[in-house]
Amino acid sequence: MSILVIAEHDNTSIRPSTLNTIAAAKLLGDDIHLFVATNNSELPNSASTIENISKVIASIDDTLEHQLPEALAPMIKEIATSYSHVLAPATTFGKNLMPRASALLDSQQISDISGVIDQDTFKRPIYAGSCIATVKSNDSIKLITVRATAFDPVQLIGGSAAVESFDSVASNDKSEFVSEEIAKSDRPELTAADVIISGGRGMQSGDNFHLLETIADKLGAAVGASRAAVDAGFVPNDYQVGQTGKIVAPNLYIAVGISGAIQHLAGMKDSKVIVAINKDEDAPIFQVSDYGLVADLFNVLPELADKI
Amino acid sequence: MKILVPIKRVVDYNVKVRPLSDNSNVDLNNVKMAVNPFCEIAVEEAVRLKESGAATEIIAVTVGTSASQEQLRTALALGCDRAILIESEENPEPLVIAKALAKIAEEENPDLIILGKQAIDGDNNQTGQMLSAILDLPQATFASNLVIEGQTANVTREIDGGLQTIKVNLPAIVTTDLRLNEPRYASLPNIMKAKKKELATKSINDLGIDTSARTEIISVELPPQRQAGIKVESVDELVDKLKNEAKAI
Ligand SMILES: Cc1cc2nc3c(=O)[nH]c(=O)nc-3n(C[C@H](O)[C@H](O)[C@H](O)COP(=O)(O)OP(=O)(O)OC[C@H]3O[C@@H](n4cnc5c(N)ncnc54)[C@H](O)[C@@H]3O)c2cc1C
Repeated sequence: MSILVIAEHDNTSIRPSTLNTIAAAKLLGDDIHLFVATNNSELPNSASTIENISKVIASIDDTLEHQLPEALAPMIKEIATSYSHVLAPATTFGKNLMPRASALLDSQQISDISGVIDQDTFKRPIYAGSCIATVKSNDSIKLITVRATAFDPVQLIGGSAAVESFDSVASNDKSEFVSEEIAKSDRPELTAADVIISGGRGMQSGDNFHLLETIADKLGAAVGASRAAVDAGFVPNDYQVGQTGKIVAPNLYIAVGISGAIQHLAGMKDSKVIVAINKDEDAPIFQVSDYGLVADLFNVLPELADKI
Repeated sequence: MKILVPIKRVVDYNVKVRPLSDNSNVDLNNVKMAVNPFCEIAVEEAVRLKESGAATEIIAVTVGTSASQEQLRTALALGCDRAILIESEENPEPLVIAKALAKIAEEENPDLIILGKQAIDGDNNQTGQMLSAILDLPQATFASNLVIEGQTANVTREIDGGLQTIKVNLPAIVTTDLRLNEPRYASLPNIMKAKKKELATKSINDLGIDTSARTEIISVELPPQRQAGIKVESVDELVDKLKNEAKAI
């Protein structure tokens, strides 16, 4: 049977998380179809060049601009019956949508997989990543969300999928989009960045984050934060790395004034190289860091910005 | 307005959970249990809606073993009016929980159902969305702000790119994110009063739903452990290591 992947996009371009999800789908089968629900008639064509997919199923309608789950889930239910697996990224988009579709299909979703053992069996982190469970699904249609950092993305170009349209757009009179505040930044996105520098409660204020930004700009890095820094209002919610925020795995993760609670580690401990700067030599963050610097961040950050 | 608040008993968030020695599951022997933190936020939001006059009754409900009564009592101490325990085996799957909650919702007809966005045991992030699907109600997940306006709710949601605000018709389902509120602690007099509040028990087997498990846990293991690193003495040494040893910058 074929594998269906639900595309995450912003109506202009396909988001990178979709490419990681297709990479996971490749481990399940060769015939991969991509479902693109959008208000932009050009998007399905541009998606058709993605590697490894054989078909794009396009639903184009003005009402699909915000892809609310009340409309999308019934559409997925209808399409899914000819597939063995339906995959979406474990981002806020996929997390919001997939369980709704899963319940409509009477299937027990497998969330946030980090590995594929076989067609039915998957690895996934539980308890904030303290343990990894191997789970077997006995449902005939498996709905799955995919942890993007665990699968190397396929390329946006190189493929030539056929585009087919799916016209039965579901109506939704239950919910409506009101507004959005999307953070705009010249820095790379957290989940796609090669280098991340994150600040915690130790930063003491939002203003002090400029100490991190100076370094981020030199390294082409993204800026992240712990929950404590977000809760304190230093930075917006989309900075949060962790169990209940974003999962990242950059080449280099620099944690500054972050103690290293398990909920934070859950979001970054698969980074390749971890650096910690903390004035408490016993901070748990040092147990997962490759290079630890025990120091007052206000003394060393300006020096680091100079020397890097 | 009547609010239903489903909650879950989970391992306390400070506990570092490990696999059993035979790797068949996680080791939950003698660990501290608590109300799932996101469910505490759900209870708090409901209590604030009652305090503001918007809500008239709050019902806490959970699906679990009889031990979950402890967490229902906590919810009652925090301000819920009555509680329902749907007794089940250990660890039912989210789909089963959603089906059981749907039955209670059909009996109680709440205007609003507030749940945590995820339970910190399985980290599934499914139950609220599944419940919305089964009841055919709108969902507002990962809420950081909730405003009731007549027969609708305006909900600000924490999404990967920032914040999104949607409007849902009531009855609706809201799942809580961390920034929705800061839950209060139960006071001693309220803990005493909670002991006298109604706590009804039903068996999940009497609800007429399919309770069969669809998944099996094959094994539970520790994640790969990171090698302990080194401490550097200075910024110079750090920059040198990153450039020449790790080649990370
Ligand atoms: C349900 C739930 C979900 C959660 N989800 C997340 C999540 O997704 N992400 C997350 O990050 N957390 C999450 N948490 C919170 C987590 O448990 C911790 O509370 C949080 O990560 C702590 O943030 P912090 O390290 O910035 O603050 P703290 O633990 O207060 O640590 C601050 C650190 O800064 C150091 N410091 C202070 N001043 C200086 C200085 N001048 N120079 C150098 N170092 C200094 C201190 O030594 C300390 O180690 C969650 C918690 C719960 C209950």
